Amino acid sequence: MTTTERHSYDVLVIGAGGAGLRAAIEARQQGLKTAIITKSLFGKAHTVMAEGGAAAAMGNVNSNDSWKVHFCDTMRGGKFLNNPRMAELHAKESPDRVWELETYGALFDRTPEGKINQRNFGGHEYPRLAHVGDRTGLELIRTLQQKIVSMQQEDLAEFGDAEARIKVFAECSIIELLKDGGAISGAFGYWRETGEYVLFDAPAVVLATGGIGKSYKITSNSWEYTGDGHALALRAGATLINMEFIQFHPTGMVWPPSVKGILVTESVRGDGGVLRNSEGKRFMFNYIPEVFKTQYATTEEEGDRWYTDPENNKRPPELLPRDEVARAINSEVKAGRGSPHGGVFLDVSTRMTPEQIIKRLPSMHHQFKELADVDITAEPMEVGPTCHYIMGGIEVDADTQQSRVTGLYAAGEVSGGMHGSNRLGGNSLSDLLVFGRRAGLHAAEYVRRLGTKRPAVSDTDVEAVRTWATAPLNATGKDTENPYDLHAELQQCMNELVGIIRKETEVSSALAQLDVLAERYTKVAVSGGRAFNPGWHLAMDLRNMLLVSRCVATAALERTESRGGHTREEHPAMDPTWRKINLVLAAAEGGKVDLDRKPVPTIRPDLLALFDKAELKKYLTTEELATAGEEASQ
Amino acid sequence: MSYEAHFRVWRGDIDGGALHDFTVEVNEGEVVLDIIHRIQATQAPDLAVRWNCKAGKCGSCSAEINGWPRLMCMTRMSIFSPEEIITITPLRTFPVIRDLVTDVSFNFKKAQAVPSFTPPKELQPGEYRMQQVDVERSQEFRKCIECFLCQTVCHVIRDHEENKPSFAGPRFLMRIAELDMHPLDVADRKDLAQDEHGLGYCNITKCCTEVCPEHIKITDNALIPMKERVMTRKYDPLIWLGRKIARRS
Ligand SMILES: Cc1cc2nc3c(=O)[nH]c(=O)nc-3n(C[C@H](O)[C@H](O)[C@H](O)COP(=O)(O)OP(=O)(O)OC[C@H]3O[C@@H](n4cnc5c(N)ncnc54)[C@H](O)[C@@H]3O)c2cc1C
Ligand code: SF4
Ligand code: SF4
Ligand code: FES
Repeated sequence: MTTTERHSYDVLVIGAGGAGLRAAIEARQQGLKTAIITKSLFGKAHTVMAEGGAAAAMGNVNSNDSWKVHFCDTMRGGKFLNNPRMAELHAKESPDRVWELETYGALFDRTPEGKINQRNFGGHEYPRLAHVGDRTGLELIRTLQQKIVSMQQEDLAEFGDAEARIKVFAECSIIELLKDGGAISGAFGYWRETGEYVLFDAPAVVLATGGIGKSYKITSNSWEYTGDGHALALRAGATLINMEFIQFHPTGMVWPPSVKGILVTESVRGDGGVLRNSEGKRFMFNYIPEVFKTQYATTEEEGDRWYTDPENNKRPPELLPRDEVARAINSEVKAGRGSPHGGVFLDVSTRMTPEQIIKRLPSMHHQFKELADVDITAEPMEVGPTCHYIMGGIEVDADTQQSRVTGLYAAGEVSGGMHGSNRLGGNSLSDLLVFGRRAGLHAAEYVRRLGTKRPAVSDTDVEAVRTWATAPLNATGKDTENPYDLHAELQQCMNELVGIIRKETEVSSALAQLDVLAERYTKVAVSGGRAFNPGWHLAMDLRNMLLVSRCVATAALERTESRGGHTREEHPAMDPTWRKINLVLAAAEGGKVDLDRKPVPTIRPDLLALFDKAELKKYLTTEELATAGEEASQ
Repeated sequence: MSYEAHFRVWRGDIDGGALHDFTVEVNEGEVVLDIIHRIQATQAPDLAVRWNCKAGKCGSCSAEINGWPRLMCMTRMSIFSPEEIITITPLRTFPVIRDLVTDVSFNFKKAQAVPSFTPPKELQPGEYRMQQVDVERSQEFRKCIECFLCQTVCHVIRDHEENKPSFAGPRFLMRIAELDMHPLDVADRKDLAQDEHGLGYCNITKCCTEVCPEHIKITDNALIPMKERVMTRKYDPLIWLGRKIARRS
């Protein structure tokens, strides 16, 4: 056996986005030896792209806000499929997590009293998003990165070694988790730079690898989003939930073709941008669904007044949850009322002065000017839906973030449950902080409880992964497949057949195509050597994309209703009996997946009491309402 | 409108390399990174290049395009004429790893050497109060996406390996300025800026400002004010005396 570079840690955090960094900070603060592993450079994770803000009910702008209101908004946004305990913890703890960032050096925009300013966002009842212009994700990443540097400076002073207790392994990809019996024992990966393999011994792994958007052709996501964490967890024996729910953000750029999918932040609408079709009509007024009828303005005049007088007016329907807006845009375009390049118009130039726009939306102004020759201070943007976020992910315990596998934790976009069937804007950044911290904390407690008896890595397992990984480099012969072609075909398939509106026939044909792609994938071959070879990296990532795409399609076929980020053409309504069901996926033989139906955790009576009866009627079954009524009256 | 463009891309590693010619399709609205990706997908699958967001937000795709440091994802093909030969080389100031990927660890080491944000000890989370006007100065510098284009262009280290140990580069001198201007930071990094991080090497040529994709006024708003702060301190007898006394006690 060849010797492999080998490291030993207490806690291994895979992912250096908001969730991973916050988890690592916590594990290190608990005194454990922590490693952070990331596919890209330190400070470049996907979180850097987040624009609008982090939701936290601090009540700085409207003192009526509280965790209870935030909790209700989150449940409504997720159409009551959320894990209620996660939604509760998130709403309660996010203010502390945001304030903590200030102690690390973050500089949020301020209110006149000098507090953290908060902005409006779709689905949030009050101005709730802490932000820095439209580059909040950058602030979050840089702040956490700098906090880690500061801990390394402390360790340098104390131990003479900056990396004594926390080290970042950048441009290092993990390709398999290792287990000893039922418990995590480590992870195996490779250095992108050299192509050399590296082995980590660790009793606890926190997965914080983000999402899956790169399986779709039109997406706001970066190349990192190949669903690695989802697939690693599945193969290690953990389960995924809610995989049918994918958020298509309503406003991605649609032109020029090469930037199709790049995000146009929701802040544009939060700050007053309106959506119009080719006839100049504010079409969103025609798309307010029954469940939201009482919360949104029904006339343009009222919607307009809300920007200056939110106490006495209702918000405009441009600020409905994302799934509603995305479907509405989709319908307008299908009905032939789209913009020249197949989107609709988003205009902010009529409500704000050019100076205000440049101040409040600097990166949007920059992005459109540089990439599309559009001056958003003077003309409307053309926008359309783009694959943005996966609500589904690793099934975890709400309090500890542990998966079904001992020693395996998950936080951030890779975990499931918190957002139900649809995530509200701004609820991800706060999710990363709240559950990143919890995952780090509980991973540390587990390791401490373990003492010195740690699960061991098996040499045979390591050898098997090594052989698998090296195979595409050695594959020869005529009958081989190019990873770039397979990837392009997969993206096309998912985009067209398991996209924003799903049909039974199309999803079934996607599953058939996935079978074919999986078969062809066994013949994948790459040219070139091992040092920084993107073709080889893609070949390895493809296995994860194929597996995760299969999970999405399998669950999408099973759920015969429409809810949040899952719309079935033949079943356009929300069905209260489906609300009680989570679709749980597990790995099966030969790259296949098993699907199981499990009950959604019930909502505690005290939490249920936060909603009024009339609203609950829209979501719950009659039996549930009856029990809820009994409990409330007791 | 599509056309065939002529690209020359540097390929090689630390032991050497050369420019390789590629003729490749270009479509309307594309950026240089799209073309590099097309070369990868159709002609050179192992062409090494760093990128993440393809939206100018992560600062990964830095390279030198016709000798000018730029983000490949924010450089539109329409700024070139179809006949033009477009040459792409890796950042010159850092050691090459492979093709367009360089070893930028210099920057992470410099980042580690800047003492972190230090708030007043007694200040509790949630009690931070700062005015918008006061945070704006540092906020400008926090727009930095760490693309290191300013670092590669600065003549102090561009062709002067020997200056690297004593010069942090514009990005990290700006980080010191950012902390110095943070309304609630209580640490003093002025001597350090001058003595350890080489603020004195900067002769305000403003090349860094010119290449910054975030349009941060690095020289005018960070480096020059920082120089002024260091100078006032050095020549102000009262400050000088104050420091002496503080050191003694
Ligand atoms: C354009 C855009 C704007 C957004 N705006 C907002 C917003 O305003 N508010 C909000 O709340 N949310 C927003 N979101 C969503 C939010 O940014 C993401 O959901 C969130 O940042 C995900 O963070 P994370 O920590 O889970 O993962 P990420 O930040 O994506 O980090 C994943 C990490 O895992 C690493 N990784 C992945 N696979 C491997 C592997 N195999 N081996 C080693 N490392 C690996 C990656 O390198 C990376 O470091 C936005 C998303 C996009 C795309
Ligand atoms: S202004 Fe100073 S830091 Fe900037 S490029 Fe010139 S010498 Fe370098
Ligand atoms: S200051 Fe500008 S040029 Fe320098 S690293 Fe930051 S963003 Fe890049
Ligand atoms: S790829 Fe992120 S800045 Fe170019």
